[in-house]
Amino acid sequence: MTAIEASDARERRLQAPARGAVRGALASEITKLRSVRSTVWTLVVAVVATVGIGALITTARVSRWSELSPRERLSLDPTTISLRGVFLAQLALGVLGVLVISSEYTTGMIRTTFGAVPRRPLVLFAKAVTFTVVAFVVATAACFAAFLIGQSILSAKHANVTLSDPGVLRAVVGAGTYLTLVGLLGLGLGTLLRRTAGAIATLFGLVLVLPALTEALPSPWNTDVGKLLPINAGRALFAVRPSTDLLSPGQGLLTLVVTVGIVLALATLALVRRDA
Amino acid sequence: MIEARELTKRYGATVAVDGLSFDVKPGRVTGFLGPNGAGKTTTMRLVLGLDRPSAGSVTVAGKRYGDYRFPLYEVGALLDAKAVHGGRRAREHLLCLAQSNRIPRRRVDEVLELVGLTDVARRRVGTFSLGMSQRLGIAAALLGDPEVLMFDEPVNGLDPEGIVWIRNLFRSLADEGRTVFVSSHLMTEMALTADHLIVIGRGKLIADESITDLLSRGSGRVRVASPELTRLGALLAEHGGRVEAEADGLIVVRDLAAPAIGELAARHGIVLHELTPEHASLEETFFELTDDSVEFHGETVTAGEVVR
Repeated sequence: MTAIEASDARERRLQAPARGAVRGALASEITKLRSVRSTVWTLVVAVVATVGIGALITTARVSRWSELSPRERLSLDPTTISLRGVFLAQLALGVLGVLVISSEYTTGMIRTTFGAVPRRPLVLFAKAVTFTVVAFVVATAACFAAFLIGQSILSAKHANVTLSDPGVLRAVVGAGTYLTLVGLLGLGLGTLLRRTAGAIATLFGLVLVLPALTEALPSPWNTDVGKLLPINAGRALFAVRPSTDLLSPGQGLLTLVVTVGIVLALATLALVRRDA
Repeated sequence: MIEARELTKRYGATVAVDGLSFDVKPGRVTGFLGPNGAGKTTTMRLVLGLDRPSAGSVTVAGKRYGDYRFPLYEVGALLDAKAVHGGRRAREHLLCLAQSNRIPRRRVDEVLELVGLTDVARRRVGTFSLGMSQRLGIAAALLGDPEVLMFDEPVNGLDPEGIVWIRNLFRSLADEGRTVFVSSHLMTEMALTADHLIVIGRGKLIADESITDLLSRGSGRVRVASPELTRLGALLAEHGGRVEAEADGLIVVRDLAAPAIGELAARHGIVLHELTPEHASLEETFFELTDDSVEFHGETVTAGEVVR
């Protein structure tokens, strides 16, 4: 018997299924996400920041209530102030988004991953879907908690609003959506840069430093360009009172989605073209 | 079966793999041998589709690796045992790989058992020794019960017991009719493990033959002792032999076989005290084959220079 006949004769105990590659990739990414500690830590930080900072800032405002002018009291957006923790939480979720792929590059795991799933865009797709679901559920739940706690604090001064007031529900869900999208931006940057520190620095620069720089531009460029930055597009999403400095909520969401879409498209392109 | 055809990979001006063509056939252990930097790892990365070839192609069972939807059923590979997320537990590491190819969960426990890691399945792999990481990588390679297995320097970091275990594993996998492709820069290791050798140097194919053929190809030498060495030496040189003085009353002859030397001596009435054919060891053959293609030569320092 020749070697080739022997190979044909070997009874295969495992048979490759005909379909289900997407489901398999998703299941794999869920296991990966839940089996490392950084996931738990960044999510805990995001929740604590959202709820804690929101409660802290709302309490501070209420305790100074007697010092506030009538105009200041009127201009207070009870929803937005209770969601102030989002500004810190976005960093935690951004870091998680980066780590979802950069940790594979820094450890070398990515080569094992691509060895198992050679269709690289499928890997990124599965990571994005898994991250989106987990981040959206956790972030939105945290935003609801922050909102409810904030309103109970504001109720002492009868300044609270409810979820049935116009624009309020949209703002709370919008805050959760914004946090998720910042995380996806991190995932895209992590794929493009393949380094944890570099991707996190770039993300923070985009979210925190760039707004400060655009403010230095001459008018009306400062507000026109500023409006399009992720953080301001996000603020449009979770503000209840309209502001001339901000886009409408719909425009804000569109701007964010387009930004994230472009970065993820570039990331996919880089993923396919580069050697792993 | 792995088939490489004119496989070439350039990184800028460096040619890592240079027009390699070879077949790795099932039912035997094929050693992939070459000095460090010869292009072994790059070739394996090309097989797995991790790098894109600059020219040429390589297929596994007739298909490009990237065309497999669930490649783990066809190819199991271990390139770098430390290329795992250290924060993940061993079992979960294998589970996420199994899930991606829709391999049943019970298979994870089977391969853990097979490589002897069942007791540490719940430990984070960052705490593993290199030997344990190698076993984990082998478990991952075996997950899909694949036809083709590929290992890059698998004995690195294994203790002697582990090395014997891995040799037996390769042997049994090949005996089951699978294709086993194992790289190493150690000829001695390959001599014990492989049936067939593919030798490369500087990205080029140097040899592709069975161990036995390779051994007989190594230039044979004959040790000759005689009281009339000067006369004999001149005579042998006249007939095409390369003669070197080895010790007192002893010479080493190349390019002439022992019977020819004996006949020449008899015809000229020269007494021989010793006539011993010597086969080159695999190690020597390897050095002879790859001598021109070692990328990083150490400076040869003679004792005199050191003293000076």
